[in-house]
Amino acid sequence: MGRTLAEKVWDDHVVTRAEGEPDLLFIDLHLLHEVTSPQAFDGLRKAGRPVRRLDLTIATEDHNTPTLDIDKPIADPVSRTQLETLRRNCAEFGVRLHPLGDIEQGVVHVVGPQLGLTQPGMTVVCGDSHTSTHGAFGALAFGIGTSQVEHVLATQTLPLAPFKTMAVTVEGELPEGVTAKDLILAVIARIGTGGGQGYVIEYRGSAIEKLSMEARMTVCNMSIEAGARAGMIAPDETTFAYLKDRPHAPRGEDWDAAVAYWRTLRTDDDAVFDREVVVDAAELAPFVTWGTNPGQGAALSSAVPDPASYSDPSERLAAEKALEYMDLTPGQALRDIRVDTVFVGSCTNGRIEDLRAAASVIEGRDVADGVRMLVVPGSVRVALQAVEEGLDKVFTAAGAEWRHAGCSMCLGMNPDQLAPGERSASTSNRNFEGRQGKGGRTHLVSPQVAAATAVLGHLAAPGDLPGLATDVRTPVEV
Amino acid sequence: MEAFTTHTGRAVPLRRSNVDTDQIIPAHWLKKVTRDGFEDGLFEAWRKDPEFVLNRPERAGASVLIAGPDFGTGSSREHAVWALQNYGFKTVVSSRFADIFRGNSLKNGLLTVVLPQETVEALWELTENDPAVEVTVDLVAREVRAGGLTAGFDLDENARWRLLEGLDDIDLTLRNAADITAYEARRPSFKPSTARI
Ligand code: SF4
Repeated sequence: MGRTLAEKVWDDHVVTRAEGEPDLLFIDLHLLHEVTSPQAFDGLRKAGRPVRRLDLTIATEDHNTPTLDIDKPIADPVSRTQLETLRRNCAEFGVRLHPLGDIEQGVVHVVGPQLGLTQPGMTVVCGDSHTSTHGAFGALAFGIGTSQVEHVLATQTLPLAPFKTMAVTVEGELPEGVTAKDLILAVIARIGTGGGQGYVIEYRGSAIEKLSMEARMTVCNMSIEAGARAGMIAPDETTFAYLKDRPHAPRGEDWDAAVAYWRTLRTDDDAVFDREVVVDAAELAPFVTWGTNPGQGAALSSAVPDPASYSDPSERLAAEKALEYMDLTPGQALRDIRVDTVFVGSCTNGRIEDLRAAASVIEGRDVADGVRMLVVPGSVRVALQAVEEGLDKVFTAAGAEWRHAGCSMCLGMNPDQLAPGERSASTSNRNFEGRQGKGGRTHLVSPQVAAATAVLGHLAAPGDLPGLATDVRTPVEV
Repeated sequence: MEAFTTHTGRAVPLRRSNVDTDQIIPAHWLKKVTRDGFEDGLFEAWRKDPEFVLNRPERAGASVLIAGPDFGTGSSREHAVWALQNYGFKTVVSSRFADIFRGNSLKNGLLTVVLPQETVEALWELTENDPAVEVTVDLVAREVRAGGLTAGFDLDENARWRLLEGLDDIDLTLRNAADITAYEARRPSFKPSTARI
């Protein structure tokens, strides 16, 4: 019987296999950041163990880093300690680190791909659930806990029980204005936040094949929001073109050998998935969340649902609690929801194509009165590219704030936070209670919806904007 | 790691589904660089409410958490497990756990027990009606016992053995060091290195 993409990558990494035991898998790339690594390094130190493969390990600072005044000492002493701890650990053990201020610094899941370190057929891990992002390259990439971080540092392997496989097939053309973010939010709403539990999801079908690498990363990034361990997309010409000539991509004969291998990384025609979900791309629309988990979403053109309409009692209760926390009433049009803050950034939508998309909507327009808009590039490289294209000017001219790279408002660990009761439209991936700051209320949206929302002050799509008097530059092809 | 064989204690019924790790331990607690001292951050937002079940005097000293479905979703933070353990929980019962949370728990000796939702409901009722009732989670017999109720649970044999013995995963893996070296020798040369170029 044929094998799925996930099974092929898995099989190629088995170090030992024994009846009744988890497989021991080799890990090709281990990414580190400041939050989930200190206790792991501590463990190594206590046991007197070195890092086994420094050449497969890399660290960056992202969660705690401020996005303003980055040349000044970090104000919050606890954040500072955590960053200093990472710097000390990396120096002591010899791990390559890109600290705040370095040209390669940024959100860990933006940095790996842009350096060309994430490649098809690899196993990639990081003490961070959004490691699923790297699956866009046809890598088996998943988040791990701190004990496992220590395990990989010490052994470059992980004992793992096999995953189940799920195919999410999206056929057809995405309608105009519908993005990868809308697609993945709709998939999560359909299968639920527990629907992917135990599975590696492979996204396939003509609509997926047409996505750019960055859009594919957006899709795979949020696999974890459906409960899946990982998301994957088979590598193709789009993948190879993205990787060619990146700093860590193979060169010369190695490139040819790599591409020959990468071409074998597809699900065989006779392979069987444990579960299959089919989505018609033509039925998708701009999608936003109304609740406090990423599965509580709906088309922007619809209304806040009535909890009474849920037959499952625990879903009904979850919806009731969500509406109370979000201060929304059933039946209220989603377009009528007013926001205080708009956040464009994160490892979901903080790459250059996302910034281009948001800029193309906001160019020549103004952020609505009383709304603050933060634009935070996912990495220093993304920031430099955006500046070269003049996107920073587009944003600041509209009244948005242009910040330094980092996780920023994606989570309340650094100074960029929502105040209690404040409401945001955010291109990040989690709308949990308090995720963006205590008492903050989050609506997950695409970069295009974020930009249109910033202009109108309420949840909106670019199509809701009145035309401009002057001609807007044609959006860059994404 | 401390071995887990059997544990008996009073319970906290947590009637909420989809309790994500941001609720278990909010992000600002993640700045600590140790594995202990997280107990005050456990369910921090909800604990502001004096009526929240964990704050009820009759729940003081409870060590078995009986949670709703999809417990531990979201962020992979192992701090969620440490917070539960620092607070005094030895085991969590739910009808469904998020994968990463479950993996993290078992690695730290916090036993996660999967029971059908009806059984969880029965345990909720039992422990709500009588907060003093003791719940026994017996890993040797693979059984949960409380009041008149007995429910069997599954756990894969390997995870169970490591919990029962309190074995350290890294030591176990390093027994296969020769296999790892052999695997490394046959990795293709086109695989990337993080060495600076
Ligand atoms: S941007 Fe958000 S989701 Fe991504 S790594 Fe940072 S905190 Fe996590």
